[in-house]
This record gives sequence, C-alpha cells and structure tokens, in this order.
Amino acid sequence: MSSVTGDSQKATYQRSAVSRKADVGFLWLTRFFALAVGGVLAWIAVEVAIEALPAIRQFGWQFLFSSTWDPVDDVYGAWPFIYGTVVSSLIALILALPVGIGVALFLSEDFLPPRIQQPIVFMVELLAAIPSVVYGLWGIFVLIPLLGSIGLWLHQNLGWIPLFSTPPRGPGMHIAGVVLAIMILPLIAAISRDALVSVPRDLRQGAYGLGATRWETIFKILLPAAFSGIVGGTMLALGRALGETMAVTMVIGNAANVSPSILAPASTVSALLANQFAEAGGLQIASLMYAALILFGLTLLVNMLAELLIRRVRQI
Amino acid sequence: MFSYLQSSRWGVAASSLALAVGLISCQSQTAEAPPQAGTSPASPAGGDVKASLSGAGASFPAPLYQRWFSEYNKENPGVQISYQSVGSGAGVEQYLAKTVDFGATDAPLTEEERKQFQSKYNAEPIQVPMTGGAVVFAYNLGGDVENLRLSREAYCGIVQGEVKTWNDPLIAQANQGVNLPSTPINFVHRSDGSGTTFIFTNHIAEACPNWKAGSGKSVEWPTGVGAKGNEGITAQVQQTEGSIGYVEFAYANENNLNMASLENSAGEFVEPGPQAAAAALEGQEIPEDFALEVPDPSGQNAYPIVGLTWLLLYPQYDDPAKAQALKNFVNWAFSDGGKYAEELGYLPLTGEVAQRVQSTVSEEVAAR
Repeated sequence: MSSVTGDSQKATYQRSAVSRKADVGFLWLTRFFALAVGGVLAWIAVEVAIEALPAIRQFGWQFLFSSTWDPVDDVYGAWPFIYGTVVSSLIALILALPVGIGVALFLSEDFLPPRIQQPIVFMVELLAAIPSVVYGLWGIFVLIPLLGSIGLWLHQNLGWIPLFSTPPRGPGMHIAGVVLAIMILPLIAAISRDALVSVPRDLRQGAYGLGATRWETIFKILLPAAFSGIVGGTMLALGRALGETMAVTMVIGNAANVSPSILAPASTVSALLANQFAEAGGLQIASLMYAALILFGLTLLVNMLAELLIRRVRQI
Repeated sequence: MFSYLQSSRWGVAASSLALAVGLISCQSQTAEAPPQAGTSPASPAGGDVKASLSGAGASFPAPLYQRWFSEYNKENPGVQISYQSVGSGAGVEQYLAKTVDFGATDAPLTEEERKQFQSKYNAEPIQVPMTGGAVVFAYNLGGDVENLRLSREAYCGIVQGEVKTWNDPLIAQANQGVNLPSTPINFVHRSDGSGTTFIFTNHIAEACPNWKAGSGKSVEWPTGVGAKGNEGITAQVQQTEGSIGYVEFAYANENNLNMASLENSAGEFVEPGPQAAAAALEGQEIPEDFALEVPDPSGQNAYPIVGLTWLLLYPQYDDPAKAQALKNFVNWAFSDGGKYAEELGYLPLTGEVAQRVQSTVSEEVAAR
C-alpha cells in the first residue's frame, strides 16, 4: 500500500518530462476515479430521493412507523419492512459472528498443515461466490424442510418464550436469518482471518515468551490486535445482510407483520422492492423509492457506527 | 489496513444501493429507450409478411402467448414475435411509452391510463381480450384428500384468517366422509404484484362480505405467507402439508396440484377447468372497450374465479408490415390458435366475442 514512498530515496537522477507528465496524469486519473465513485453515490441518492418525493410529502416521518402497506387505498408505511430488515440481519449476525471468528482463528493458527489448510481457506471464500438465487432455492428445498421440524419442536416445548410463540409455517424470519448467516459467513471469516494473520509475529512470540498459553495468546493478544479488522469484516457482512434481496425474498414469507416470534413470516425492505416494483404505479412507486432511501440511510448508519466503534477502540 | 476498511465500507453502501440503481435504470429505460426497430423494409400486405414484433406485459397468459408466438412463427417464418412477461403494470407502462409493439395486461386499462394514451397519441387505445382463465385453490393435505370442496364461507374464512384449521366445521360440512386433519391451515398468497392476484381478489371482494382489503394486483393480506410468482406458491404448497394457495389453472394443471371445487353464487360446487370457466362468461354483455370483468358469475355450471386477459394494440403503426402481421396473428389466434389455448388450460374465446375482436383489430389497426 505504501510502496511509493520507498522510491523517493532512489529518485536522485534527472527524470524525463514524459515521466513527470505521466505522474501528474496518473494523479489526476486516480483523483477522477475516486471522485466519480462519490459522484455516482450522490447521484443515486438524489435520484432516489426525487422519485420518493411524492411519498415523502404525503406521509412524512409517519412512513417510518406506520405498519399499513395497502396498494388498493394508496396508504403506505414501512415499519414492518424496516423491522424485518434489522431483525433478520441481526439474527444472521448473531449466528455467523461466532462461527466466522472461530473459522478465522482455526485457519490462522497452525492447527493444520498448510497442505490441508489452504483448500479449506479456499472453500470458505468460495461460499461467497455462490449466486444468491441458489442460496434461495437451497433454502426452499433443503433448509425449510430441515428446520421445519426443529421449529415445531421449539414452538411446542418453548412456546412460552415470545421468540417461539407462533407455529412455523414453512418460510419465516428464522429461515431468512439462517440463509443470511451462511451468506455472510465467508465475509466475516475471510476478512477476520486476514486480520489475524497480519497481526505482527513479534506480538505472538512475545506472549509465548512471557509464558502465556495459547488460550491467553488468542484472547488477550491476537483478537484485540485484530479487532478493527474483525469489526470491519462484520460491518461489511452486516451491509450485505441488510441489502440482500433474492434469497431473502424466497424464504422469508413476505408477510408485512411485526411479530416477536422468529418463526413467523416477515418481510424486508429489499424483498418488498423486489416483489412490488414491477407492478407498481403512482404513489406506490414513490413509496417504494422512499423505502429504498430508508434502506440507504440504514446502511449508512451502520457504517458510521462501525467507524465510531473502530475509532474508540483505537484510542484505548 | 485502515484505508482498506474505509474504502470497503463505501463499497457496502454502494452495493446496497445497487438495487436502487437497478430500479431507477429500469424505469428510465421504459421511458426513454427507443422503440424497437427490428423490422425489415415494408412489404406488401399479404401472406408472406416479414416483421419482427416485440411485446411485454402480463405473466398470467405468458405460457400461452409464448406457445402461440412460436407456433405462429413455424407457420409464418417471416414473422418473429418476442414477448417479455414483465407483469401487467410494466406492460401497460411500456405500452404507454411506446417502447413495444403491443402490450398485454390482466386488468383492463383504467380511465386514467386511457386519458394518458389519448393525450399522448391523440387516438383511442385498442384493447382486445385474447383469452381467459380460472384461478384455483391448490392445496396439499398429503395424499389423503383428493377432492376438496370449499363452500363460500369456507374459502372466505381461509383467506380472511378466520378459518384456521382444516377440520373447521365450515370446511367439514361440505366434505362429508373425508378425514380432515386438525392441523393449521397455511394460506399462501402472491407476494409480487400480479394479474392472478387481481382476478382472485376481484372475486373475493365481491363474494366475501367481510373482506376489507379491496381488490388489486397487490393488496394488504390479513393473513398468510407470501411467495413470489406462480412457481413460488407451487413450491410452498407442494412442500408444506396443510398449505393452500391460489394459482392460475394452467399452472396448477401442469404441475399436477390438487385443486379444490368451489361453491359458486348459484350454490353449486364446480370443479375448475376450461369448460367451467367458459360457462362463467356465457350470457355476459361485453362492453364496447371489451373491459369485461366477471367478479362473481351467476351461471349454474360457472366456476366462480375467472378473468380475461387483454392485448393492447396501437391504432397506427409506422411500419405497415407490423400492422399486417398483428392482424394476421390475431385472426390466427382465434382460429388455428384456439387448440393451444385449450391444451394449456386457458379459455378459448369463441363465437361473438372472437368475431368482434377480429373485426375490431382489422378495422382499427392501421399503418400510417
């Protein structure tokens, strides 16, 4: 990343004009690309906001808290979808985080000979390359029947806990959570592993030198040192979970209700967009755009929180 | 490391917006894309017309349209018709924006859409029914229950979430001697906007006194699980015992789903099928703009949930070959094409309606 600085010592000889021009040109080229990314982002946000304007005027902030989504009478509120987006992503995170960090630890320590370790690392990263529609189909045909009986057992034996208070009806929040967890697992595992591997060797040697056990080294030295990388990977994963559309639409049940039970069908903002955009018109399109804007804001919020978290940890 | 994280986080924000980009680009595409110009130079009207037409719209008749277009192409190799089943709403939008040669919809044009067309093109839109079909309740009660009969109170109750278990007296009443389980009913509805939902809710709103959600391509469902597309509902129903959902007859037929017989407004239980659907349209007065809706047919043998689906044509085409090809195709669809409709479980339009459609198309569609 900082290879350019190494050249400065050698640059004592006279450089040609062409070479200097190329330098300046390259600087401007990269500058342009960097600004273009920001520009595209702003462009999208503005465009979505303009499309959403009729709905923003009509419903205002009430849109965020109302749970009616009624295309017949043109009354819209996004609360069930916002709730579903946040809760399904949280379930995914709760499931995927411990597993992901565990995988990262296992694959960054010397538990396995490299000959076996490398293929496993490769396989974890390959999980990220599976198209989401395949995850969705797998969810419908494998996961729903598999989790159906587990869900039923949970409801019958632990039904007094609000989390399991409704009988499972096939698709639902829990299926979406599990599918999302599998989808974001490679992100968490791969980035956390990179962070753990790049912890300086000296730190580890020092810990062993002071007589720390492997447990102590992992939990008191390695994980804290790699913390910002792990948080970064987690936030990237959360971002994917919040925005994931296809697989979630296929397994979440698409019902606009807010239920404390994770066995009940629910819906997310992106599922709503995928479902209704094709046949929408007028105020419904504006409301869908408004919902898209909210999803945009939600993702931004998550990223800002992550940034804050990392800064605080750095200060300690 | 830090900068890497920062940049990757922007990446998240950008990728989470990818969907929004897609949506916007979809929209502007329909508004700005130039009309398809795949037509060969104008050829004289007659048997060997050479034209390539593109259409978009309803998914309800899509299997039939696709079959029709490919069969028609085999008989008339000069005419290529492509069809995108993007949904009725998008079909109407593309029709109004003139990015297609014809549109297709399951819900007749609204007053507003007609006005839009008139002010834009200074002409009346041409809307003709091509076929119709029934929407059926497909269910899964294991292999035990083969011929379920649902009274009006029963299916209204299921859709409204009032009838919750399969052995509810409202269901049991009409199914004497059938061993109904005590398991909960899992109602599956479409989560995407669709013409099938329009036809279904059109009937429910008419037949069920307590139904409050109205009728439309998507409504606010009081109960149930949403699945995307006919295939989504089929997967749900096939997989979860105790499920019941609505799909169009052609689709249920092809997938060998169990279909319930429904009680019609005359009090008779009718099995779904093309004949029962045709009976629903018998004796109906068809208005000038062909916008016939039969939310609750009164005939003795009429299957209660039926609807028509329409083709949207322009009164003027820049290319005479296109106009001629469309006229020829419509005539063919009502003569030789009828057998494919029946084969796929759609309702072939015959008699007076067919004649009126053919004469309307041949009189009103013209080349500039």
